[in-house]
Amino acid sequence: MELFVSSGSAYVTRSRWLRLHAAAVFAFLYLPIVVLILYSFNGQGVGGFPPRNLTLDWYRVLFADAAIWDAVSNSLQVAFAAMAISLAFGIPAALALDRAQFPGKALFRRLVLLPLILPGIITGLSLLMLFNVDIVSAILKLVTGQQLSLLTITLGHGTALISVATTEVFAGLQKLDRAQEEASLDLGANYWQTFWRVTLPNLKLSIIGAALLIFTLSMDEIAVSFFLFGRDNTLPLEIWGRLRRGITPEINAVSAIIFVFSLITIVFWYRLRMRAEGSAEVGAELIEAGTQH
Amino acid sequence: MFSRGYKTLVTVPPLAWVSVFLLVPYLLMFCYSFWSVSPAQTIIHSWDLHNYKDLLEKPTYWETLLRSMWIAARVMLFSLLLGYPLAYYLSFHAGHRKHLLYQMVIIPLWVSYLVRAYAWKTILGSDGVLNTLLRYVHLTSHPLDFLLYSPFAVVLTLTHIYTPFTILPIYASLEHIPRNLVEASHDLGATPVQTFWKVIFPLSIPGVVAGATFAFVLSLGDFLAPLLLGGPSGIMISNIVVSLFGAAYNWPLGAAISLGMLAIVVSLLFLSERLEKKWSFS
Repeated sequence: MELFVSSGSAYVTRSRWLRLHAAAVFAFLYLPIVVLILYSFNGQGVGGFPPRNLTLDWYRVLFADAAIWDAVSNSLQVAFAAMAISLAFGIPAALALDRAQFPGKALFRRLVLLPLILPGIITGLSLLMLFNVDIVSAILKLVTGQQLSLLTITLGHGTALISVATTEVFAGLQKLDRAQEEASLDLGANYWQTFWRVTLPNLKLSIIGAALLIFTLSMDEIAVSFFLFGRDNTLPLEIWGRLRRGITPEINAVSAIIFVFSLITIVFWYRLRMRAEGSAEVGAELIEAGTQH
Repeated sequence: MFSRGYKTLVTVPPLAWVSVFLLVPYLLMFCYSFWSVSPAQTIIHSWDLHNYKDLLEKPTYWETLLRSMWIAARVMLFSLLLGYPLAYYLSFHAGHRKHLLYQMVIIPLWVSYLVRAYAWKTILGSDGVLNTLLRYVHLTSHPLDFLLYSPFAVVLTLTHIYTPFTILPIYASLEHIPRNLVEASHDLGATPVQTFWKVIFPLSIPGVVAGATFAFVLSLGDFLAPLLLGGPSGIMISNIVVSLFGAAYNWPLGAAISLGMLAIVVSLLFLSERLEKKWSFS
């Protein structure tokens, strides 16, 4: 920043210390991920220095492991269904918070956003109590044959992630030009047509961004799923089960693949949000929404 | 400009869903916390405060709660110490690398929690990467066993997970500081250090409070990192809750402890909201 340049060498020294600090923090943030990926190619297994006998064996073991792939397919089903639920209720919730006045609105806002900051254990356990109520449990058994199943995990993820959909779409609504909707209504379009042809297209980037984020978060989620799973595992639950039995490089291999997929989604999400927001503060709104009740 | 029908249509469905899947479950948890378990392991719907009495009188519970708060406080402190200077660097010194570096902060944030906790386990174990590296360079002759299965491992892992969460809001609040305020301070003869402490830092407090709250609250409720890396001395309050809902089968007591946690979380949110309002300049 040029306005400090006048203070000369003190500025340069401080800037150097800040840069060193930044490099150290980035090293701390990325080192574990690098180690994890490196050791997924290590013939000697997890640990041991230096890594030697580079191999793709662990990936071969992984691809032959049917249980992992079942878990991946379960996780994908849960993530898509959770995405549908969170968007179906999160988009109207954002519209309601933006445009409607009703008694209990402040409480509603707090309730919707609470899962953003609440430890997953509280969301998970309170839902477990709901699913344990006689009549709810009877309905669940009628639908899936079990009390707890992928359905209960989906309901948990869908409900917790409404908070993400609402926050992202609400941020999009703040940028929306109200005059366009007014013009559409004045020109004779009804509310329904205005919503589909004006409101929704304007929110497109926010909604796609929210969907990507919800998908990634659901694929990775474990704290809520931990209390709601039945016979079938999601991928994180499957990994967790194996970790309890001991660590194998196969887990490194699957983690490396998860990392690559998360990386692609997040970079894509970031670009989208940059286009929608135009500022490099993407993501901060989620934390602010979580803490500013 | 929106009709009554429109407002009803966007309000009622989310309100109904949130009531059934968030409000009712929290209320159920509240009810459970007053009930008890019979010797035959059925829930007795009698209303009294004995679970809360247990929570206050049995040292296992409140000592673990205090230890969890101490772990969460350390995670919060370390995340701020690592996060604040980085956010400051990004906002004031990073120049054209700003976007790239900000993206590099976001990436680990959304990378699987489990993957990162597992990575630390493979690094810190007695045959892990760090111990074998230290032996390889002859710094140590036998494994350092305080690294894994200790509160240290839990604090380290949670700090790794929550540092990006603290950077984001701090960075956002630094970006919102009008640059002409900084310039004015400089023109009026303040040194850069004075400018930082008298202008920049006070204006960034809302971001610091938001980040600190996030790191503290989410660490406080964590149970996976302690299970994976904590060992017996790293047990946290949520681990007790998990066992009460599992093998120990005492849902009512588990519900009471969860509500205690919820009360701490909600009062912290209330406090942080006050602080953020007090220090925000817009």
